[in-house]
Amino acid sequence: MIEALMAGSKALVVGFAALTIKNIIMIMVGSLLLYLGIKKDYEPLLLVPIGFGAILVNIPLSGLMDQHGLLRQFYEVGVLTEVFPCLIFIGIGAMTDFGPLLQNPRILLLGAAGQFGIFLTLLLALALGFSKLDAVAIGIIGACDGPTSIYVTSQYAPHLLGAVSVAAYSYMSLVPLIQPPIMRILTTEKERKVVMEYPTKSVSKELKIVFPIIVTLITCIIAPMGTPLMGMIMLGNLMRESGVVGRLTKASENEITNVVTLFLGLSIGATMEGGAFLKTQTILILALGFLAIALDTVTGVLFGKLMCFLTKGKVNPLIGAAGISAYPMAARVVQNEGRKYDPNNWLLMHAIGANTGGQIGSVMAAAIMLSVLKGLGMG
Amino acid sequence: MDNLTFGLTLTIVGAGGTLFSLWALTLFIDLLKKLLPYKEEEEEKEEES
Repeated sequence: MIEALMAGSKALVVGFAALTIKNIIMIMVGSLLLYLGIKKDYEPLLLVPIGFGAILVNIPLSGLMDQHGLLRQFYEVGVLTEVFPCLIFIGIGAMTDFGPLLQNPRILLLGAAGQFGIFLTLLLALALGFSKLDAVAIGIIGACDGPTSIYVTSQYAPHLLGAVSVAAYSYMSLVPLIQPPIMRILTTEKERKVVMEYPTKSVSKELKIVFPIIVTLITCIIAPMGTPLMGMIMLGNLMRESGVVGRLTKASENEITNVVTLFLGLSIGATMEGGAFLKTQTILILALGFLAIALDTVTGVLFGKLMCFLTKGKVNPLIGAAGISAYPMAARVVQNEGRKYDPNNWLLMHAIGANTGGQIGSVMAAAIMLSVLKGLGMG
Repeated sequence: MDNLTFGLTLTIVGAGGTLFSLWALTLFIDLLKKLLPYKEEEEEKEEES
């Protein structure tokens, strides 16, 4: 009897005995993510499930990421199959109004310039000794678009998923801190005060309906590997603009996106097991991710300056910073920064246009990357 | 393929391809705006609703 009691009691302390210092650090990291999400309101919809997932997976012997573990099921069903990021894209498409972009299509080019940081970071990661596919996953943090980063990383470097996702979502929420200093350094006060004219005419409903179809056809024929991403975002947008499937649009915007975000966050948190996450490599990835977003801002603003020059001062270069995909934070940053120098300067709609262009640009950059990798025999 | 060739290939084709694709899209949007112009009645309908 005493032996049985001893054995039974011993079972209650094996968890403590198996707890490693790495587990403890990661539980603290998970708690920090929860703090940032709950207290600081930094991307709470993602940081809360990610943080809690990180805590859960670092509880020794919990078996959550074992072959039949609960979080392993979420991870395999939703992340490894790339279903979760694609479902989220339907919701993003359903929430996005491309109207401002359609009114002034030229600013779509800023959405391309805002992605150049991806490629510069990729070069840097290669120079630092990362493998080719790891460098691709690190570079894609510069897409400043969580689902795109997860989609690409889960295909080419699933072992980096935790670090890449945390970097992508954390830096996205830090855009209001990262961008303004870069915008100020690269522009003159005169440029920041440029007032952009608003188009007098709106765009037709037919155009808004045809737009997602045309974007899907053109971009997916150029880079077929990106069809799941672009196809889903444009499907969501077509549902929104057609106005005939209100229930589906609503479900995509709310229920589907919310449910998937919860399981996606938990799955990402589940990849943050101490032994796998706590490496020098992770710190390098976080640093490179930061650099990627800073470089995106630099190239976006520089392209904005080029457009300002070519249009003889009709484009405010600040809107180039909204060419990164962080929607709608980057657009708000541009608006606030512009108004600091001229309180009557309303750049928001132009910045929103560039920002939605950035969404298309980030998916396009990822799609081209995937297609080129396939062309090189690595896909 | 060495890392430098790989990186430069992806950078040139990737950045160039993204820029080209979006530029092509702007041309299509311009064309579509001409084919499907905004009509004043739409504005009136919007105001009514």
